[in-house]
Amino acid sequence: MRITLRVWRQLGPTDPGRLETRDVPDVSPDMSFLEMLDVVNEGLIAAGETPIAFDHDCREGICGACSMMINGVPHGPNRATTTCQLHMRTFRDGDTIVVEPWRAKAFPVVRDLVVDRSALDRIISAGGFIGVSTGSAADANATPIPKTVADRAMDSAQCIGCGACVAACPNASAMLFTAAKVVHLGLLPQGQPERYRRVLSMVRQMDLEEFGGCTNFGECQDACPKEINVAVIGRMNADFLKASLSNRDEAA
Amino acid sequence: MHWARAFAESTIGKKIFMAASGVILVGFVLVHMTGNLLMFQGPAAINHYSAFLKSSAPLLWAVRITLLVSVAVHIGSAWSLTLVARAARPARYARHHAQVSTWGARSMRTGGVLLFGFIVFHLLHLTTGNVHPEFSPSDVYGNVVVGLRMPVVAAFYVVAMIALGLHLAHGVSSLFQTLGLNHPHWNPIRHRLAIVLAVLVFTGFSTIPLAVAFGVLR
Repeated sequence: MRITLRVWRQLGPTDPGRLETRDVPDVSPDMSFLEMLDVVNEGLIAAGETPIAFDHDCREGICGACSMMINGVPHGPNRATTTCQLHMRTFRDGDTIVVEPWRAKAFPVVRDLVVDRSALDRIISAGGFIGVSTGSAADANATPIPKTVADRAMDSAQCIGCGACVAACPNASAMLFTAAKVVHLGLLPQGQPERYRRVLSMVRQMDLEEFGGCTNFGECQDACPKEINVAVIGRMNADFLKASLSNRDEAA
Repeated sequence: MHWARAFAESTIGKKIFMAASGVILVGFVLVHMTGNLLMFQGPAAINHYSAFLKSSAPLLWAVRITLLVSVAVHIGSAWSLTLVARAARPARYARHHAQVSTWGARSMRTGGVLLFGFIVFHLLHLTTGNVHPEFSPSDVYGNVVVGLRMPVVAAFYVVAMIALGLHLAHGVSSLFQTLGLNHPHWNPIRHRLAIVLAVLVFTGFSTIPLAVAFGVLR
């Protein structure tokens, strides 16, 4: 396969950046998108040029590192697929593929396709945890949890924090990410002690990071490689409303 | 009261204000539309209804103030959230393909601005009569027929109702999600309710300018 790559090149956070056009003549349809970029980079290194910087780690669709906008869609055209699991056979011989970094104020570009997604980590730090007793681990079956609840919590827990929801959202909102975390812990008995404090502090942090608000377009759900449903946002809204009206501050 | 302030300043809080004020405004729109259809019962019916609405000044003003506050809250939250959203994406994509966005969702902001312009014009046109050629406070029927006789004005009314239909098609289903009411049993119903209300409200309101334009009401 031969493709034309139009890829975002940006030296650093202050560089304005530009789309660079590259002819890639030797693409195997069995390559993953990242392997195609590896081949391009080997060519660049051999020619003494700077390789294209991109994030990647596990390359098996579970870490959320490989985040890029491919032809205007986060992680490319396939449903429930991360960039590393996207194969070049998805495209046609002669295609032009535009590759850009996530675009959000909260995700500043570090270099080329690499953005700084620490904002998501700070949302987790604000409340995406539970308190546990120290000592030996409790018996996993000690607390009964209805299967439907466990399944819904697991569906939310699938979030890999890639940021595709933010990238796809017309408002660059992180509501799907934050809601997935809030709902995953808030559904389970182990998450109840911090439930209402959690939603207040995670939403506060989300707003502080200057993500946009939710306008229920549903683009995030469609872009999510883990198919997290916008129902989690509805549940977070309900928890946030209840927490705002009734949460008590701790006594000083 | 810092909890209330934190709520009002959060993006979710602003959305909840927008949804709650939206519920009031949807209620008004439905009552207004039903009342308007009395036009087809003749001058006596609509003029009598108008006189009835104005019979108690305190009640009339209570309703008017509630509506004005709702509009202010609705626009204020939308304005603020739009600024936040604009700031959240300073650099645009060279290529961006929306996958599932509906016309309703896309037109919320521009349609909302158009509706605000329409509301101002409509109040000056048929409530206060400032921009009406022959306004008479007691003859609603005559005001409507004369006021909508100009094709440009009638067309503006119909275009504004298209914007209102689109606004409701997204807004009515969206408000349930914002207020935290998302459940697989009810989701298909709330989506259908939004479409039914959008079509109903568009049809109900548009029949009047169209009926005047085509000489059914004269």
